[in-house]
Amino acid sequence: MTLTKAELSDLLFDKVGLNKRDAKDMVESFFEEIRLALEEGQSVKLSGFGNFQLRDKPQRPGRNPKTGEEIPITARRVVTFHASQKLKGMVEDHHGAARG
Amino acid sequence: MTKSELIAKLAERYPQLVAKDAEMAVKAILDAMATSLARGQRIEIRGFGSFDLNYRPPRLGRNPKSGASVSVPEKYVPHFKAGKELRERVDAHAQTNA
Repeated sequence: MTLTKAELSDLLFDKVGLNKRDAKDMVESFFEEIRLALEEGQSVKLSGFGNFQLRDKPQRPGRNPKTGEEIPITARRVVTFHASQKLKGMVEDHHGAARG
Repeated sequence: MTKSELIAKLAERYPQLVAKDAEMAVKAILDAMATSLARGQRIEIRGFGSFDLNYRPPRLGRNPKSGASVSVPEKYVPHFKAGKELRERVDAHAQTNA
């Protein structure tokens, strides 16, 4: 079982009382605002959940694993997520499995 | 951007809603995401990314102050993988500003 945007909008309908359309739009906008901030180079800090940060990675040598050919991996900006202490504490003891 | 700035942006986008709704929505979404991971359930948001749990096996660690060895039990840690759209937008913007 996986949590998706559909479940999140159902939740806003049930718990917050938004109508179906607003609930769906709100979930979409929630992730879009985070994307926009990151796109503009801002980190996003959601207290109690975690931080999304940006890292600029320099160019490094790489290889095409199929052909063995050497090709440079270009410099790029990537997003990293650091879970808050609170979230880490919540998942630590989980003994079922949801390995990614 | 902080949680309260995110709430303010959403409240601005939805002037037809009460300001309190944006705050409740953000809290409900984050709460559901955290609870889902705590239950071992993964999260998959198309265009944004996915959150999984990674397993860390038990290991012998050391107390850095005393040097005494301590056993660190197995645990799970949250892991995020950015989705295609997020990855491309963040990088494209970095390239044009370089």
